[in-house]
Amino acid sequence: MDALATALTLTVNGDALNFERPLTVAGLVERLGLDMRKVAVELNREIVPRSTYGAVALQSGDVLEIVHFIGGG
Amino acid sequence: MDGIMHLDDSWHVAGRSFASRLIVGTGKYKDLPTTAAAIDASGAEMVTVAVRRVNLSDPKAPMLQDFVPPSRYTYLPNTAGCFTADDAVRTLRLAREAGGWNLVKLEVLGPPPTLYPDMPATFEAAAALIKDGFEVMVYCSDDPIAAKRLEEMGCVAIMPLGAPIGSGLGVQNPLMIQMIIENAKVPVLVDAGVGTAYDATFAMELGCDAVLVNSAIALADDPVLMARAMKAGVEAGRLAFRAGRIPRRGSAHASSPMTGLIR
Repeated sequence: MDALATALTLTVNGDALNFERPLTVAGLVERLGLDMRKVAVELNREIVPRSTYGAVALQSGDVLEIVHFIGGG
Repeated sequence: MDGIMHLDDSWHVAGRSFASRLIVGTGKYKDLPTTAAAIDASGAEMVTVAVRRVNLSDPKAPMLQDFVPPSRYTYLPNTAGCFTADDAVRTLRLAREAGGWNLVKLEVLGPPPTLYPDMPATFEAAAALIKDGFEVMVYCSDDPIAAKRLEEMGCVAIMPLGAPIGSGLGVQNPLMIQMIIENAKVPVLVDAGVGTAYDATFAMELGCDAVLVNSAIALADDPVLMARAMKAGVEAGRLAFRAGRIPRRGSAHASSPMTGLIR
């Protein structure tokens, strides 16, 4: 496959980021350097259950939110 | 009196039991070690937390969970910053996935300078969350009718404000808080407005089940010391409520007998 065929553009927490296909949610979390046990992921406004991270393949144009807990009142 | 009976004064929400009647927020502290130390000193078993985007440019930054472990404290994820029912539901679904907690704090606020609870939006979000299987502890106005309606909808705890968030003014409308307590079949907590220990004592003397404090501890000169003060204040108020205070009277009544005096 040429570079164009493997290009994967995602919007993660509002930022456009470039990766290469194939990439799963688990792969993305790892690439971003995050601890999978401490975050939650929403893909195109749907929750991705942690147990399925390795099975969900990402497509160009996907919009993700990756969150964690911070201090709050 | 039976000492054992006095030892068990726990309160219950959504099938969970808590000995501490002080819930603390984890926001506004100068750093995470201070957060951890103050919360430890407060004796709280339940802490409120917010849900936010991770900082992708600093993925290894210390996380709240490393300092305030969810294995020790019951996390109560909030909806701070959500202005619509849709935002609140999305946020808490993420919180549920991050930690597996169904127990949540719903707050939908109006704009500054009041940050007053937006009750129409709160009702809408509460309905959506309850339908989605959440157990909702709800921040609300000190309005007995609104509080009753939230309870009837299925909210598991009613949390009227004592005063505007972060104002430190104490309970401004004790009559309404008392009416809410008297009419409620679920726990009532004063959330927001506590400035110092006696504000928490006063709220507990009114008969609240618990008090939620964040700014008053986090922004005190010595947060750890203030956390201890709040713990003592909540306990004093609870004991005084259970003990039953004397009636207020408009005249003096001597404490020493006026008979048997020497002549």
